[in-house]
Amino acid sequence: MEIFGIPTQALFGQLLIGLINGSFYALLSLGLAVIFGLLNIINFTHGAQYMMGAFCAYFLLTKLGIGYWWALAVTPLAVGIIGMVIERLMLARLYKLDHLYGLLLTFGLALIIQGLFRNEYGTSGIPYALPQELAGGHNLGFMFLPNYRAWVILASIVVCLATWFMIEKTRLGAYLRAATENPQLVQAFGINVPRMITLTYGFGVALAAFAGVMAAPIYQVNPLMGADLIIVVFAVVVIGGMGSIMGSIVTGFALGLIEGLTKVFYPEASNTVIFIIMAIVLMIKPAGLFGTQR
Amino acid sequence: MPETALLSVADLNAWYGESHILHGAQFEVRRGEVVTLLGRNGVGKTTTLKAIMGMVARREGSIRFDGTQLVALPSDRIARLGVAFCPEERGIFASLDVRENLLLPPVVRAGGLSLAQVFDLFPNLKERLASQGTKLSGGEQQMLAIGRILRTGARLLLLDEPTEGLAPVIVQQIGRTISRLKAEGFTILLVEQNFRFASRVADRHYVMESGRVVDMIPNSELESNLEKVHEYLGV
Ligand SMILES: Nc1ncnc2c1ncn2[C@@H]1O[C@H](COP(=O)(O)OP(=O)(O)OP(=O)(O)O)[C@@H](O)[C@H]1O
Ligand SMILES: [Mg+2]
Repeated sequence: MEIFGIPTQALFGQLLIGLINGSFYALLSLGLAVIFGLLNIINFTHGAQYMMGAFCAYFLLTKLGIGYWWALAVTPLAVGIIGMVIERLMLARLYKLDHLYGLLLTFGLALIIQGLFRNEYGTSGIPYALPQELAGGHNLGFMFLPNYRAWVILASIVVCLATWFMIEKTRLGAYLRAATENPQLVQAFGINVPRMITLTYGFGVALAAFAGVMAAPIYQVNPLMGADLIIVVFAVVVIGGMGSIMGSIVTGFALGLIEGLTKVFYPEASNTVIFIIMAIVLMIKPAGLFGTQR
Repeated sequence: MPETALLSVADLNAWYGESHILHGAQFEVRRGEVVTLLGRNGVGKTTTLKAIMGMVARREGSIRFDGTQLVALPSDRIARLGVAFCPEERGIFASLDVRENLLLPPVVRAGGLSLAQVFDLFPNLKERLASQGTKLSGGEQQMLAIGRILRTGARLLLLDEPTEGLAPVIVQQIGRTISRLKAEGFTILLVEQNFRFASRVADRHYVMESGRVVDMIPNSELESNLEKVHEYLGV
């Protein structure tokens, strides 16, 4: 079978890869958007925190014999707590200063964390086995769908939508949205805003760590896995617009798909297509597709 | 007149960064009173309310509320003691609908108004619950800004120019609301430029000049002091 002269197996295979990449783009840009919304900080440590998620799963397995599923639950908590400590000890001191300081601090932290892991583990990547329950796959007729990949896409969509729901539709989310607009007034209503900021940063970091655990069986565990990915994710964020929750989810998945399609139809551009789109969006709508000027 | 002070402010100094705005302000509000702060633009009325609420960068002196010293507390703790603030710019959240705006301030103690009572005071709000907060008219936004702090159980309300820029019928409605709240036992510290309005709702008036309270005029003596008041307010 062929579509536009392309074998369907190849077409859907690339679309699947696109969706997988899109799942990670969406999870990571969502975490960045949540953090940026309340803290006004572009969290450059995000890629390193994603990598820490993968390593945490690896340590849990090799040092404590704790497998994938428990790692998926424990890792976001553990790395999220590390994030909250970073927020309390360092980021919290910068809120009164220019944004640039937060950016520099998180960028420096990313370099330090990645450097430490690289010294210890090199750059060749450590395999992390698929969870047994998700080995194998299904033949859908037009393509073969590995179970683990289906799981990653599903889990990412569920987590993204749950996060969206929590922020846009619940009382807790109303506090968060209100504090994004006017933290001082929300605090004057009796909400402990500094604590909310710490928890929000922890949550954004936990999303990155969750993505890291899911990535481990696909991309291996590698000190630089976050550094490579985060550059694309920042382009995704620029395209979607900083701070919009649904915007970052939709843009993440859409750009993964576009990247996949480009691999099929014009492979030469597949590594650059996201940056080309970014340049075009910046020319037409500098605040991003879903963003508002602030 | 009830004699105990619910709020007593003494030697209050406040700063925004390097600029020293309040220079030893002193006044008190008794339980169940409606008291206004009058004064020209920029004398520090808003800053006084924000200093009570813990919303200025730095403050010194004494702010006693119901026996508790507020001057070192963060604003969320002050709110939880039963003080509520309605800002001059109203502070309606654009990313929240009217219902969410109304329900945002948490209930800090028993005895606040129920939602039904808030709608009874401000029927307009009930019709607009699903609208975006900032899509309301100026008057409705003011009702929302007042309505949402009535639910919390706070006994001391700090209202910053609630009639500013509003049509006369709405000003009247706000005036009736304040009288009703007083009858229900709320204590209100009101900042006003419109001293005609102030004279209809308040028991006493404090006059501020450059960061200090310079005079106190009981409402009953307002008429006989009109000339002085006009001079204070520069009208
Ligand atoms: N955030 C701020 N940073 C620095 N200075 C400020 C700030 N807010 C107010 N000021 C200054 O503090 C002084 C007092 O301001 P404040 O808002 O308390 O006056 P006001 O009496 O409420 O005036 P108005 O009647 O215009 O509302 C003014 O000189 C003002 O310029
Ligand atoms: Mg003012």
